[in-house]
Amino acid sequence: MVTRPVWKYSLRAVALAYLAVLLLAPVVFIFIKTFEHGFSTAWSYVTTPAAISAFWLSVLIAAIAVPLNTIFGVGTALVLVRSKTRGRKILDALIDIPFVVSPVIIGLSLILVYGLHGWFGPWFIDRGIPIIFNPLGMILATVFVSLPFCVREVAPVLMEIGTEQEQAAATLGASSWQTFWRVTLPSIRTGVAYGVVLTTARALGEIGAVAVVSSNVLGSTVSLPLLVKYRTQVPGPGGISAAYATGTELAVMSLIVLIGMTLLAPQRKDA
Amino acid sequence: MSPPPPADSVAAPLGVPSPGRPSRVRSGSRLGGAGGLGLGLSTLYLSVIVLLPVAALISVALGSGLHAFWSSFTNTTALKALEQTLAISAIVAAIGSVMGTLVAWVLVRDQFPGKRILNAVIDLPFALPTIVASLALLGLYGTGSPVGIDIALTKTIVAVALLFVTLPFAVRSVQPVLLELDQDVEEAAASLGASNAMTFRRIVLPALRPAILSGTALSFARCMGEYGSIVLLAAAKIQLASLVIFADVESATGSGNSAYQPAAGLSVALLVIALVVLFGLRKWGSDSGN
Amino acid sequence: MNTRLDHPRLRAVIALGLAVVAALVVAACGGSSDATTNTSGSSGGSGSSGSKATLNLVGYSTPEKAYDVIDRAYEATPGGKGIGFKTSFAASGAQSRAVAAGQPADVVAFSTAPDITRLVQAGLVASNWADGPTNGIVNDSTVVMIVRPGNPKHITGWDDLIKPGVKVVTPNPATSGSARWNIMAAYGAELKEGKTPSQALAYLATLLEKNTVTQPDSGSDALQAFVSGQGDVLLDYESDAIAAKKAGDKIQIVYPSSSILIQTPIAVIKKSSHLAQAQAYVKWLLSPTAQKLWAQQGYRPVLPSVAKATASMFPKLNLFTIDSLGGWTKVTNDFFTAPNGSVIKIEEKAGVPTSSS
Repeated sequence: MVTRPVWKYSLRAVALAYLAVLLLAPVVFIFIKTFEHGFSTAWSYVTTPAAISAFWLSVLIAAIAVPLNTIFGVGTALVLVRSKTRGRKILDALIDIPFVVSPVIIGLSLILVYGLHGWFGPWFIDRGIPIIFNPLGMILATVFVSLPFCVREVAPVLMEIGTEQEQAAATLGASSWQTFWRVTLPSIRTGVAYGVVLTTARALGEIGAVAVVSSNVLGSTVSLPLLVKYRTQVPGPGGISAAYATGTELAVMSLIVLIGMTLLAPQRKDA
Repeated sequence: MSPPPPADSVAAPLGVPSPGRPSRVRSGSRLGGAGGLGLGLSTLYLSVIVLLPVAALISVALGSGLHAFWSSFTNTTALKALEQTLAISAIVAAIGSVMGTLVAWVLVRDQFPGKRILNAVIDLPFALPTIVASLALLGLYGTGSPVGIDIALTKTIVAVALLFVTLPFAVRSVQPVLLELDQDVEEAAASLGASNAMTFRRIVLPALRPAILSGTALSFARCMGEYGSIVLLAAAKIQLASLVIFADVESATGSGNSAYQPAAGLSVALLVIALVVLFGLRKWGSDSGN
Repeated sequence: MNTRLDHPRLRAVIALGLAVVAALVVAACGGSSDATTNTSGSSGGSGSSGSKATLNLVGYSTPEKAYDVIDRAYEATPGGKGIGFKTSFAASGAQSRAVAAGQPADVVAFSTAPDITRLVQAGLVASNWADGPTNGIVNDSTVVMIVRPGNPKHITGWDDLIKPGVKVVTPNPATSGSARWNIMAAYGAELKEGKTPSQALAYLATLLEKNTVTQPDSGSDALQAFVSGQGDVLLDYESDAIAAKKAGDKIQIVYPSSSILIQTPIAVIKKSSHLAQAQAYVKWLLSPTAQKLWAQQGYRPVLPSVAKATASMFPKLNLFTIDSLGGWTKVTNDFFTAPNGSVIKIEEKAGVPTSSS
């Protein structure tokens, strides 16, 4: 379309105004509220004993959920794209379940399986592995909600690159494993990297499912997002400031993962 | 930052080429027998993590009899919550996809200083914890707002929060398709005298429709279940389904799983509605993609 | 992302990120205290290194700061040496159900007695929990009205709450003990003014359906909603109001002429693995030392001697008890139990989620 200047500028204006009001203003506001009393105050909010415990809990949860879902993601993408086995289509549809189900419902369903009166809850509790009201439940919830991201990023990349290189490797005598490790994996690097970034961001920010299965004990089962929620209820203006500081901390953590992954993978064309 | 799951993840079932991805698929059975094993392992993982809890949910929802199941989502509070959730999700998904398409258009077809930074910023709602987003919106546009607006306790601020959270879906589902779109057809239409509006309606929009619908579907599903960004915003009179379910879970009386039957019943109802709408949108998208 | 970052900038960002991580690793001991100012004089209160026993204290939403101070004081006593605390504070009803559903607990401090008796039924609390010298109560409070500084809407008593245009904030009785105290305080006050029970119920209906603008899950949620600008008047514990004012929230406290005596119970979980320590702790909370500390935190002491000594710290008003309204068992049955509880029916009309069983 040859866009006449009137159209071009009005579209641009509307888009910019929309983004300014919806996206930029709140983000700038968060930044201002985090540092409005100075960097050292914000830092003190991030380094209280409870905040440090929450940080490590969030890191632990992500450190388990992300690798698990990445391995699942790559493996399942391979199955979905490269194999001809029947049942692929069902698997494909089922993978989208975490996108459709509300996190609160996910938390509830975990209670129904692993809770005190759950399907397998008593079995685990009797063996000294309580799940609900413990970090293990929070990990399970996070794995559930962040499950599809890696698959959905890797599968299209696998489709696009085709199988020529892999077939070439096979004719040269490479084993399946060698082909996967030396040919396939490097070529899907971008997809895996983006998958990891999305999975991590989702895992770090998860609050709905985790709120339902957590016992909300500071120092044990309070992750960073739960700490934000907790801090919004603390009397006195310091509570809200501390909540903002923790929110910014979470955003920075996601950003760090993004930067790390950007190093490992070539850029993908976006605009 | 990075785009959300690509357009074809929800809209196009596997095997249907989606417009955004030129496919050079050689569906070789490269994996052979390992494919079966891989399928088995994937299914096992998926079953333990996802299917087992969902099965428990359905079982408890129905386990106290059909009458109890029916009343768990037809009682006054639940019905009101479902209505409000459906309405607000539909409105937000619709507005979000219109504005998302517009933003994607500007990002792809326009050039201005700072465009690259703006493009990266689109993904910020993914990095930001949802609860912080709602905190900011409340501070910015609620009581005591520095810009003098007060939409706290209204449906508007809930809608704004949901628009924020679904912005990346709406934009990123359309953007790649727009990028790949061949402008020759548009230029031909223009040279034949078609107006901008006609070109857009007859040529561009149909090409974008599957992607737009897939983005709308994702946004809609997200809105139906959203919790973190609305937990601080909800007032007495605006009850959204996820909040009602949360309250039901917290106030479950009785012992055993059946105590959660009301919450489970409402959850299943919510899920069914979301799936029906999603399926409908998906079908619409793949129909128009043929 | 399509902006290639230059190498020097990239390295700087990574360095910053690593520095952040390193600093946190250094401070990695962690712990459970969320105090940024060390007013309580402890070094983080985690109590997890080398302690004899860690007690899990599960409480209702508002007394967190008070317990923080009082628990530190207990740790300094000879009886409390080596005791650490893991605490969880949230809406009383929700907490009670969570403990019944398996949340770890050694001591439970809830807002209303039924939240304890639920645990008796679940086999977690001894049926004679209320047989002690204070009938199982650890401290008292009352329902007050919190307004904006200067009281712009001129709220002086219960009748002002149902005036048109007055916006009230009170929590949701399905999850919050504070909410139930607020509602019964209003109901009881109406009775004391000479209204009949059905007139008092009509008052509640107007209050909840017309004047209440939001009903968050817990007392502390409600305080935060009010402080962030919602509503003209908040119904809350006197103790919470005092604490909020001390913490710097810009509020003014209005005492109605009559209100309910809030008696908050405490009990030991009989299956606790630290039963003796839990019982010693609860006993200490009823000692004169502890009761004086409660008074300093804004809680009316339940020990008569301390109550008399600190009487000047708390305004006088006509206080009636829940027993004068029939006791919690009857009240819960008549007002708060689905499907026929009168408050349940009112809340349903108001569109607020109620306990749905």
